[in-house]
Amino acid sequence: MGATTSPSPDARIARFSRAERWVHRSITVLMIVLIATAAALYFPDISVLVGNRPIVSNIHVIAGFVIPIPLILALASRAFRQDAELLNRFTAQDWKWLRSRDRRSGRIPVGKFNAGQKLNAAFSVGSIIIMLATGSIMFFNSWFPDDIRTGATFVHDWLTLAIVAVVVGHTYKALMDAEARTGMRTGHVSARWAAREHGQWAEKQRLGG
Amino acid sequence: MGRRIVLGMIGLGAVGVLLGRQAQEAITSTVSATVPGLGSIIPAAGGFRIYTVTGGYPAMDPADYRLDVTGNVTTPLSLTMADLADLPQTSMTKDFQCVTGWRVDDVLWSGVLLSDVLAAAGASTTSSALRFFSFDGAYTESLTMEQALRDDVLVATSMFGEPVTREHGGPVRLYVAPMYGYKSLKWMSGIEVVDEVVPGYWEVRGYDIDAWVGASNGRDDEPIA
Repeated sequence: MGATTSPSPDARIARFSRAERWVHRSITVLMIVLIATAAALYFPDISVLVGNRPIVSNIHVIAGFVIPIPLILALASRAFRQDAELLNRFTAQDWKWLRSRDRRSGRIPVGKFNAGQKLNAAFSVGSIIIMLATGSIMFFNSWFPDDIRTGATFVHDWLTLAIVAVVVGHTYKALMDAEARTGMRTGHVSARWAAREHGQWAEKQRLGG
Repeated sequence: MGRRIVLGMIGLGAVGVLLGRQAQEAITSTVSATVPGLGSIIPAAGGFRIYTVTGGYPAMDPADYRLDVTGNVTTPLSLTMADLADLPQTSMTKDFQCVTGWRVDDVLWSGVLLSDVLAAAGASTTSSALRFFSFDGAYTESLTMEQALRDDVLVATSMFGEPVTREHGGPVRLYVAPMYGYKSLKWMSGIEVVDEVVPGYWEVRGYDIDAWVGASNGRDDEPIA
């Protein structure tokens, strides 16, 4: 093979490390547990159906306190830190992509993560911090004045609705894109998919960047 | 940028915690005025949050239901739903305020005044207190006789114009309008007329025995008139 040969469109490109996939998997399981137990605690009809309120509430609290742990552990992984840095940085290209009407066409090539994925990552981290803080106030309620307790409940309740909306959106996007799911499951994506969805990144990979 | 979004969210969250009480009250009153049913679907929009002190939500067939009135009474009673329906019926539209902060505006409560039930049993009004028992086997409550004879203390068989549902403590619950929600015992199965106040389930866990809304438990909510 000469140096000028392009890789075949079916070549596999490494996208996510094992540590990153495990973080994603752990957060997925914990989020499902949190949302399911939240529904059982919150909606009267489901509460009656499920019963066992103290157990459900304990599971919810434990899952909530556990959810930051995979993220903190993952900071030991260089691949995770590098991707976190990429997610943190919004480029001019990202803003253009976000504003364009045909953002899925691949006309505006973006890096390893598109602006939607960056927004989702930032929202997820912000949400976990806020839910953990307000959940802690509700859990250790005797340490706080009533108004703070009520305020924490208010934030926890309404942010839940936003989180569920974003999780549904995230899942919908994933269901629409089998290759994106393969990437998160196996760690590798096809060169063709990479070129279409993340043109800048694919180019960089091709040049061995 | 991502970091700025996270910090911005944390800032908003902190403001939300500090001003959440006022914001929640505004949302609750707006929603109950514009979309009255929404609160029963989304509790955050001004509905009841459902609590229970046991593992589950006890169920009782109304046909099997009995309310026992015992203690210092001339006629101990074991009232069926039909017996309760034969007593004078009273309705009132009043708020429900929980000691944890949420409030449900303008709930229509119907049933029999506790004072009418006590009169039917010939309760000794010189006795100073009452105990209330739940068929969940754990929840108990107390009132002084003076509090029990008020005209806003109800043995409720109906909420929102419907029979009291299982999650709300049906088929029969107590509604002590001027006091925090924990006094309004759910799944009520017994009333005992006694000589002194015996603290109830929540009261032995640190909540005030005289639970006036706005004047107990260190809270300043608007009283329920």
